[in-house]
Amino acid sequence: MSLRSTTPKTRKRFATSLVAGLAVLALTACTSNSDGDDTSGNDSGGGAVAAPAGSNDETGDTVVIGFSAPAADHGWMGSITESAKNEAAKYDDIELRVAEGTNDVAVQISQVETFINDKVDAIVLLPFDGAAMTPIALKAMAAGIPVINVDREFDDPNAARVTVLGDNYGMGVSAGAYVCAEADGNKDAIVAEIAGIDSLPLTQDRSQGFNDALAECGLDVDNRVAADFTVEGGSDAAEQLLQAAPKIDFLWNHDDDQGVGVLAAIDNAGRDEFTMIGGAGSKNAMELIKSGDSVLKATVIYPSTQAADGIRLARLLVQQKAMSDLVEVEVPRVVQLYAPVVTADNVDQYIDTAFES
Amino acid sequence: MTQDSARVERAALETEREANPALALLSTSVGRNAGLVVALLLICVVGAVSAGDRFTSSDNALTILRLAAGVGVVSIGMTFVIIGGGIDLSVGAIVALASVWSTTVATQQMVEDTHWIAMVGVALLVGAGCGLVNGLVIAYGNVVAFITTLAMLASARGLAEIISDKKTQIIPRHGFAEFFNGDLLGVSVQIWLFALVAAVGWILLNRTTFGRRTVAVGGNPEAARLAGINVKRHTVYLYVLIGVCSGIAALMLVARTTTGSSTHGTLWELDAIAAVVIGGTLLTGGRGTIVGTVLGVLIFSTLTNIFILNNRSFSEQSLFKGAIIVAAVLLQQRLASRSNT
Repeated sequence: MSLRSTTPKTRKRFATSLVAGLAVLALTACTSNSDGDDTSGNDSGGGAVAAPAGSNDETGDTVVIGFSAPAADHGWMGSITESAKNEAAKYDDIELRVAEGTNDVAVQISQVETFINDKVDAIVLLPFDGAAMTPIALKAMAAGIPVINVDREFDDPNAARVTVLGDNYGMGVSAGAYVCAEADGNKDAIVAEIAGIDSLPLTQDRSQGFNDALAECGLDVDNRVAADFTVEGGSDAAEQLLQAAPKIDFLWNHDDDQGVGVLAAIDNAGRDEFTMIGGAGSKNAMELIKSGDSVLKATVIYPSTQAADGIRLARLLVQQKAMSDLVEVEVPRVVQLYAPVVTADNVDQYIDTAFES
Repeated sequence: MTQDSARVERAALETEREANPALALLSTSVGRNAGLVVALLLICVVGAVSAGDRFTSSDNALTILRLAAGVGVVSIGMTFVIIGGGIDLSVGAIVALASVWSTTVATQQMVEDTHWIAMVGVALLVGAGCGLVNGLVIAYGNVVAFITTLAMLASARGLAEIISDKKTQIIPRHGFAEFFNGDLLGVSVQIWLFALVAAVGWILLNRTTFGRRTVAVGGNPEAARLAGINVKRHTVYLYVLIGVCSGIAALMLVARTTTGSSTHGTLWELDAIAAVVIGGTLLTGGRGTIVGTVLGVLIFSTLTNIFILNNRSFSEQSLFKGAIIVAAVLLQQRLASRSNT
């Protein structure tokens, strides 16, 4: 079906849409190239590629943002808080109050209560447990404080004005599709999985996506163990797994932080017969992928800069600005990030935004 | 027998008081509690200076008390167990199990068919049941409390994970959450519950035979036995009591979060033991006060609040908490060795 075979009518439609498309391009070029272009080299956490900045970056009214996240007990979570702080420091009009670091929901609730008492302008919240933090988030919203929910979702959509999410299900799908492509029709390939904390919905979503993608090419997970996102947990879980499965073809490990332990256990066991895929996208995982002499051949990204995005969105929201690259005049309800597969071929594109584990 | 030893102790204290009035005062329970009040006031001054109105507002005071309430209820139970010469490491896990059990589909169905009081019943029964198992194994199985409750810590959380399938169980927002997370006379029901449990605990410890027996059993179990106290049965009662307290704390947490989860109450046992210890209760048993425990809980939750208000990291707070516990225990040991000589 080439252009030549189209009727005059459809050709005309094509021309109109081409013009419309060009017009949109021109418009966005106008809005995003207004004065004060980004010259700071935009270094969010690991050094994100600078997003086109428009008048949105001009200093406005000071915004007080309360930020709370679980304990930084693994590199990804540490980077969440670090990149949020770094992002806030770039803006003169953001006053960030950080109440980081607790895995006790009672304490995290108390932190949010303090923000409500303080009458902050917005709250960016990465809950230890999304469902458990829902009532207090609803209370903040009722008090007129917009809540930006990051990563672990509340169970009531009214509890947040904006939700910033990674794609957990998509991570599983990306990892599964990669395994399918590498297995290349081999239906007997033995697939193993090392999950993160099993009680979290995000772990369940990742596993679901992995299973669904594997089912597409007739594979399934033969051995599955769960760890806890820590190096020690990863090492213990991997040791159990390697003991239970004498031969593996593909191993997906949900998280590169626990991956440090997983790789250590694999080294100790002297195993190298399989291809390992990581998750989240840490810097050292990417360096191993780049070097090519490890069992780790790929990883699927789960951005650790999403709280930093939450901070930016909170600022826009309070200053009543919108995302300049969208036509929409309000900040969107949900922003979901993509989960690409990183291999030796494209690792250079991602290594700069990776987190240190 | 116990009266005799009390008399001896009192006499010892009196001679002490003559020797050094200040230290002697500190080694009485009233004096120790006064010391804690001073410590709490000092912390409040730090809060007021560093955070100003944000610390001193009444809303903030309620926030501190709400944070204290859950761990506080567990700590009251812990005070009894520790005075009775025991220890309970399983309270956090029991909180998790009770929160999960009271939020299962079956329990929620029961709630729909009858009344939300069914949830309360389930949580208290689960707490009491775990406490009963702990108590029986310790008293009649002669297993050390540390090991028994460590085993319960592991198995209760394991059972909670099995029942909930490691998922967070969300309850509908019916009367239960409205009541337990609501307000009464402008103050959260959670705070009232903490106050109620503390008041009942105080009466139980200071005004009843149960309380005197607890002190006797913890002070010298052999003497208590010879004095006609059924030490084994009393030990079982103590663990059932702390189990019930854990059940109440679980209900409070379920109401606050509208969820039950196997991760609820993580490390609460350490918070509770820390509060009891800085409250002046001897880890070896035989002595302790409810007022001291309440002050201990308040010191920790006020500290947490000040760290949040001042944007300080949680890690610094943990470091500080550790220092306070060591200081409290060192002081306690000095006082104990003085009253022994």
